[in-house]
Amino acid sequence: MILYLLCLVLFSLGIYCTVRKRNIIKIIVGIMILEYSVNLFFALIAYKENGRAPIYSETQDILNMVDPLPHALVLTAIVIGLATTALLVAIAIKIYEKYGTFDITKIRELRG
Amino acid sequence: MIRPYDIIPFFVIIPLGGAFIISLIGKKVKWFPDVAGTFATLALMIISVLSVWIVNKYGMQVYNVGGWKIPLGIGMVLDGFTCFMLVTVNLVAFLITLFSVNYMNRYTSKWLFYALFLLMLTGMNGVIVTGDMFNLFVFLEIASVSSFALVAFGTEKYELEAAFKYAIMSSVGSAFILLGIIFLYSYTSTLNMADMAGVLMQKGQGNIILLVSVLFLMGFGLKAALVPFHAWLPDAHPSAPAPISAMLSGILIKTLGIYTLCRLFFNVLGATQPILSILMFMGILSMLAGVFLAIGQWDFKRLLAYHSISQIGYVVLGIGIGTPLGILGGLFHLFNHSIFKSLLFLNSGAIEYAIETRDLKLMGGLSEKMPITSKTSLIASLSIAGIPPFNGFWSKLIIIAACVQAEHYIYAALAIVGSILTLASFMKVQKYAFYEKVQELTAKAKEAPVFMCVSMILFAILCAFTGLLLAPTVKGLFLDLSVKALTVGTGYARLVFGAL
Repeated sequence: MILYLLCLVLFSLGIYCTVRKRNIIKIIVGIMILEYSVNLFFALIAYKENGRAPIYSETQDILNMVDPLPHALVLTAIVIGLATTALLVAIAIKIYEKYGTFDITKIRELRG
Repeated sequence: MIRPYDIIPFFVIIPLGGAFIISLIGKKVKWFPDVAGTFATLALMIISVLSVWIVNKYGMQVYNVGGWKIPLGIGMVLDGFTCFMLVTVNLVAFLITLFSVNYMNRYTSKWLFYALFLLMLTGMNGVIVTGDMFNLFVFLEIASVSSFALVAFGTEKYELEAAFKYAIMSSVGSAFILLGIIFLYSYTSTLNMADMAGVLMQKGQGNIILLVSVLFLMGFGLKAALVPFHAWLPDAHPSAPAPISAMLSGILIKTLGIYTLCRLFFNVLGATQPILSILMFMGILSMLAGVFLAIGQWDFKRLLAYHSISQIGYVVLGIGIGTPLGILGGLFHLFNHSIFKSLLFLNSGAIEYAIETRDLKLMGGLSEKMPITSKTSLIASLSIAGIPPFNGFWSKLIIIAACVQAEHYIYAALAIVGSILTLASFMKVQKYAFYEKVQELTAKAKEAPVFMCVSMILFAILCAFTGLLLAPTVKGLFLDLSVKALTVGTGYARLVFGAL
């Protein structure tokens, strides 16, 4: 239970960082924390006390295996997160070239 | 032997293959991206029309990817709602590619544009055809990530700012969606949507379903730009190149937002009255807030972007009523909106191509200089404002009639108010852009090149005649199929396994 709560804390930290920080890079880090807390939660869903790797063999019973599916899915989710982060960082670099700052309060061309 | 379900994977293969080949050789061979992009979307349009015929003739189809039978493997499902969305998406995408053949000459690296465009189309078609929860998330992210890149395509100051805002908000939305999927998986131990619906029917609706509903409402609501989550749309949609604005407003928010919301709430979780009421309320709120914010705008594309929020409100209102008539109105409005809003964005693109501005105050007298753009935009404006006999009138009429039938009289009245305000703001557009006296900037404006004109004229013809889809025999072939697919509710599970 305490693990899930820590996951929730990480999730909230990610949201807080994304919403409150002014530096673009810190916002990107916030998004990453958010994504990773979700991935961690997904991996924890599959966890089992004293579980074993889900590999079939003649000598062992099919008992107490961990669920392998979330692990495969988390891998995909991490790769998607990588694509998003790479794109965000690329945009951040371009923003720095154009505006000369990372402060979002100074990057305000669009309004209305 | 070719079986009817063999058509389904091609909706993903064609654009993905096209994007791959274009990114491979498009840089060296200059003429290739235009031709490949146009033919790929043309092929998609043809097979999407074919899919309507298949669903009519053979009923629902299920394709097992890699031969693994569902619920073990990933399934792709072709039912009435799917083929309806496929036609909408691929029809609009084809006409927009035709437009961008000329328009994208304003930018360098045309091949990158086409590669990203087809990748976005892959994501959207994938979201529509997939029958698997996690697969849906993956395709959703493919479409989202390529759309961030396309919004930033011009790499000017405001484009980068808009793209960053859009990317951040959309990533938060995706995190909520993934969290919802995780909860659903841990509750049902399956990822197949049909299987999930079956398990949920047996296990009953626990508190966890309430949590998942709220997470999905936030995540997909953010993708669809419903009102509390709309802040990114008025920045992101105008900043993109005009064909991409048309794609984003015309079909992306509907595929990633409305389609997924409908599919999950009606077919998987089962639409309960509280959820429908929330959807209706959000629809009304989006409709009024969008149109009020739109009236004061002087940037042509920004005004159109606010109208997208407003019109999405109509769609959600119609679907939220939950009666067959309401769903028919909502879906028909979705189809019509994708046509006339794309046309309006293409018009704004044609004006930008000619005089390099989007400010309505600097335009004027364009009706003489650009007759085709002027005429087509008049038709689109009348459609969006709901003037008979154009298509927007019929769908709004059905939505309002459904409101009255379900005894939501206040909502019906507000929908009429929203429609009148839409008319007012488009009278402003027509007056300032096309009919005032000629200004210095517009004096030397020329009509748009040939492919742009062809695309706009085809859209205008569609605007004028898609009202005919309501004619008795045609309605049964196309619109009624999709309504039936939604009203069947969680009976979806039985249908999918029956079609195997």
